[in-house]
Amino acid sequence: MRIEDPWYDAVATGGAELGCARATAPSHLPAARVTASPRQQRPVRRPAAHEVYQAVQHSAAFQQVRRRYRRFALPVGAAFLLCYLGYLVLAVSAPGLMARPVIGVLNVGMAAFLVQFAATFLLTWLYARHARLRRDHSALELRWETQEMTRAAASAAPGEGAR
Amino acid sequence: MSGGHQVLTLLLLSAVVVATLAVTSWVGSRRHASSQEFYAGGRLFTPLENGFAIAGDHMSAAAFLGIAGLVALYGYDGMLYSVGFLVAWFLVLLLIAEPVRNCGRYTLADVVAVRVRERPVRIALGCSSVTVSVLYLVAQLVGAGSLVALVLGGYGGAAYAWTVLGVGALMVFHVVCGGMRAATWIQIAKAVLLMGGALTLSVLVLLRFGGDLAALLTSAAENSGHGKDFLAPGLRYGGADRVSRLDFLSLGLALVLGTAGLPHVLARFCTVPTARAARRSAVWAIGLIGSFSLMTIVIGAGAAALVGTDAVRRSNAAGNTAVPLLSVELSGGTHATGGAAVVALVAAVAFASVLAAVAGVTLAASAAMTHDLYASLTPRRDRPGGWSQNGWPQDGWSREGRSQRSWSQGGRRGGRKGEVAVARMAAVVIGAVAVGLSLSARELNVGFLLGLAFAVAASANLPVLLYALFWRRFTTCGAVCSVYGGLLPAVVLVVFSPVVSGGPQSLFPGRDFAYFPLENPGLVSIPLGFLAGWLGTLLSQRSADPARHAETEVRSLTGAGAV
Repeated sequence: MRIEDPWYDAVATGGAELGCARATAPSHLPAARVTASPRQQRPVRRPAAHEVYQAVQHSAAFQQVRRRYRRFALPVGAAFLLCYLGYLVLAVSAPGLMARPVIGVLNVGMAAFLVQFAATFLLTWLYARHARLRRDHSALELRWETQEMTRAAASAAPGEGAR
Repeated sequence: MSGGHQVLTLLLLSAVVVATLAVTSWVGSRRHASSQEFYAGGRLFTPLENGFAIAGDHMSAAAFLGIAGLVALYGYDGMLYSVGFLVAWFLVLLLIAEPVRNCGRYTLADVVAVRVRERPVRIALGCSSVTVSVLYLVAQLVGAGSLVALVLGGYGGAAYAWTVLGVGALMVFHVVCGGMRAATWIQIAKAVLLMGGALTLSVLVLLRFGGDLAALLTSAAENSGHGKDFLAPGLRYGGADRVSRLDFLSLGLALVLGTAGLPHVLARFCTVPTARAARRSAVWAIGLIGSFSLMTIVIGAGAAALVGTDAVRRSNAAGNTAVPLLSVELSGGTHATGGAAVVALVAAVAFASVLAAVAGVTLAASAAMTHDLYASLTPRRDRPGGWSQNGWPQDGWSREGRSQRSWSQGGRRGGRKGEVAVARMAAVVIGAVAVGLSLSARELNVGFLLGLAFAVAASANLPVLLYALFWRRFTTCGAVCSVYGGLLPAVVLVVFSPVVSGGPQSLFPGRDFAYFPLENPGLVSIPLGFLAGWLGTLLSQRSADPARHAETEVRSLTGAGAV
């Protein structure tokens, strides 16, 4: 299974990204929608609310947020679940292997147990860090933009949005 | 057990009850008329507070007394559960916490209803959520009743019935008067209490061994009567036949996947303001639950080392008294007044933890019953526009818009107050049902009941949630199939399991229709739930609506339009 190392370059680029995300994120959105701020420019046809979500979904900024989330969460979650299930199966079917001593009172089973615990804590920290540095900022930008656009769509077509 | 001991226990239990009542009346004196206040506590809890509350949800009396006892009796095999729960909470953090906060309002069905046609899915998920919550409640009530009956000794039968009735009445009172805010504060107080107790005990155990973990483990292995086998798997499940090994795997799977589908766990993430706060509360919860599990294991090993496995088993065959016995040993080793006081204290803490746990579950059940079932099954004015039925405020800010969009959208029931009133009645009904079932289910094993609740949650609630969040082609038909396709097999398999018939400890010992060998249905019903959702989607006549898929994705990842 291919697991990218998403937190590796977070160390290198995390800080810089916080600065540039503001500038880059909107430019990925389709121009007519981004500039839908009512006073600046009036597009010929305002998008309906559901079109707004599709436009945002297809924007590069959103695709990037989604890709970053999924590339971390899905492989790590699946791998971790499989590890745990493998551990359970081994514990009930091969107690002999798990009882093999490693150092002192520590045997393979105890070591596997401690590794699972440590791995959970480590991955939790890495996930929180990854989300904070690589996703949160762009996601927040997208949130305000999307809400701005849906509000504009709602005011253009009262029957569509103001339910 | 002496009379003075019982008086002391009763006094401490009353103190716990009075404390929770004080919390509820303090909280209840504030405004809580809106459904947001009732179901989600106003959504203004901090991540730390919510993390403690989540950890409190997890640390039931079963997790503390039960797992410490299992470790004391079986050593390594007792520790397997702890890892499972930790993995489960990690999956909740990765896949569930943020999307549920972003898309959900109060219940699981809110999240799924963004994607698919609202009414059938709400009915299906309402049924499964109420089933899960009632099973969970019965497990907690039976546990509380047995615990108090155990501590009060002689008055076993009457003590059980009165405890179940009392806890049932209290939990309904907390929910009706305090809503989510009271449930959360009670949960936080209990989590702090339980963490403090576990920390004190484990530090005392470690001090006995000079801080040397290896010495503790060696001594535990020696005094357990099993020697080195105590520290390796096999004491509980190793010698067992293939069926009970499969049963254990089934339970393990249910625990890991079920946590992410428990309605009261999902509701917890709706009590914080943003997805980021939901994530941080899950991180807090993982830290707290992980350290609590480690302390539980130290305490269990300490009980084996200092009290001895045989003494623990003599006191209670399931090991539930390992913690009180260890406390007595640590506090001076005599069964005089000091020892009795410690036992009473442990009983009071366990009682407080049950009391706190049931309030949140009752609230989640009443939300599912009102917000999902009742709202979908009562006729109402046709809603304008068919596209986004649960019409969120499109800007996510307007409070006016929010208050107009409760399920009584036409204002037929007087807006928000109507829903809360119905939810309070639903809490009373749920409480009555759970108490009734608990009174008749006295002989059922608490662990089995909890495992069953987790299995149903994993089979019926989790597949539909994951499909709705991550599968582009998921349809209404798939959602409905997935819920019923997990719920029905889970329930049917239990009916045909050895728990219900065919064995000396079954509900109907005289009859034998136990065609399914496992006690926990998870191993079969969880894959069936996923399979049913997949098949239902493939076979549905309408294809998925790309617009609503876009809405789900954008909202779950960015939080646009979140309330």
